[in-house]
Amino acid sequence: MNELDFGPFLLSFKLAAITTFILFLIALPVSWWLSQTKCRCKPLVEAIVSLPIVLPPSVLGFYILYALSYNSPIGAFFDATFGIKLVFNFTGLVIASCFYSFPFMVQPLQSGFESLNKNMLEASYIAGKNKLQTLAFVALPNIKPALITALIITFAHTVGEFGVVLMVGGSIEGETKVASVAIYEFVEIMDYTHAHIYSAIMLTLSFLVLLGVYIFNLRYNKRIGVA
Amino acid sequence: MFYINIQKTLHGTLGNMELDVAFSIKEHEFVAISGSSGSGKTTLLRILAGLEEANGEIEVGGEIWLSNKTTLPAQKRGIGFVFQDYALFANMSVAENLLFAAKDKKLASHLLELTELKELAHRLPNSLSGGQKQRVSLCRAFMRRPKLLLMDEPLSALDPLMRTKLQQDILTLHKEFGTTSIMVSHDPSEIYRLANRIIELKHGKIIHDASPKELLLKTQGSQKFSLTGELLEILKTDVIYIAIVAIGQQIVEVVIDEEEALRFKVGERVQVSTKAFSPSLSKVYI
Repeated sequence: MNELDFGPFLLSFKLAAITTFILFLIALPVSWWLSQTKCRCKPLVEAIVSLPIVLPPSVLGFYILYALSYNSPIGAFFDATFGIKLVFNFTGLVIASCFYSFPFMVQPLQSGFESLNKNMLEASYIAGKNKLQTLAFVALPNIKPALITALIITFAHTVGEFGVVLMVGGSIEGETKVASVAIYEFVEIMDYTHAHIYSAIMLTLSFLVLLGVYIFNLRYNKRIGVA
Repeated sequence: MFYINIQKTLHGTLGNMELDVAFSIKEHEFVAISGSSGSGKTTLLRILAGLEEANGEIEVGGEIWLSNKTTLPAQKRGIGFVFQDYALFANMSVAENLLFAAKDKKLASHLLELTELKELAHRLPNSLSGGQKQRVSLCRAFMRRPKLLLMDEPLSALDPLMRTKLQQDILTLHKEFGTTSIMVSHDPSEIYRLANRIIELKHGKIIHDASPKELLLKTQGSQKFSLTGELLEILKTDVIYIAIVAIGQQIVEVVIDEEEALRFKVGERVQVSTKAFSPSLSKVYI
């Protein structure tokens, strides 16, 4: 048996960490807006946000590929202006992952914000605080379980993605070959030993992550007095 | 002076209703707003706070809070608001709740001292009782030395003993800070104790605007003793009938005759009254 190559795992985690960070910044205002708005267009925005959950990853991957390739206006623009290629490299993976995992960040945050006592937010406005201060000092600290859930599920979901990554990134060693793609290739070449080891690692990690989230939420709710 | 003239269409369970009120309040007044549920009391309070939009004008000491052109946001109105459900910041300790409203440690410790909360300054709101939470909320409302203090049924979730204690706190703070206070309340004794004016709303309109004495003391002038309550049960014992009536927190028995027993229905609002006698008062020890 060859020495185990942890490269694909590291790449998966790097991708997930960057994606989670970017998505947190994007999803925070979106979920806050969705939780507070009385706009009639809310269902429309919610439907768009949730699309990646129901779309086959190949459909999402195909559109991203189509939109970002060198032949498309967007891809051509980035290539010409910044010299950045958006597909079949790590940058492309990050962009694709951001689309793919977006609802997993928005939905927990939004339901967290919606469960907050509206009077508490209004008390903050009356205390002279603007919306940004209220979000940072009152809303976010009071939805810790939702926040932790959003961050960890987004991270885990990005580690676990396969279809979109394969379509947009292919399988370039050290660049786009993440753990899930590596497992797929081991199975394809019938190297079941490595497929087993990689799969077992993924299974264990995923389980531990979820267990951690649920334990944290239980403890937090006990402390705050909800459960 | 506060000049208030507000119109707003409310969409309630009973269809649309027009909230249309105009009144003015002198500085340092303590106004109680009463009325049945759905009469627009809370909405009026929220419009005054800047939490809800409306048409009309609000002017406070020359400052325009609401006009056709502008709406001053809640943040800039310099008000205090006490919610029925306390609305404390669950992630902050008692002291932090106060300091979040204004970074004035001296004032915070003075307020906590006054309301006997000093010992609890570092506790989280969730570990407090209802009465303690509402006192924290009251202190928080005073941290910005409000021109106008708004209270939305602040004591209705508390037991009678705690209510009396908090009424005293409210009155003390109202006087010490020289604020103008508006409180939504259903409790006649509370209104009588705290307010010097009562505005009663019905279907979004003011139907009474008087002193609590004029409006609440229904037996003024006559030698009459009168209480309103709910008829719970009519019992027949031998030849007489006994009506069981709930008056406030008390349940009393009243002897009635057969004709009355047939006339009244259980669940009706009834008045228990008697003339030309002098009720005696004695202290109650709980």
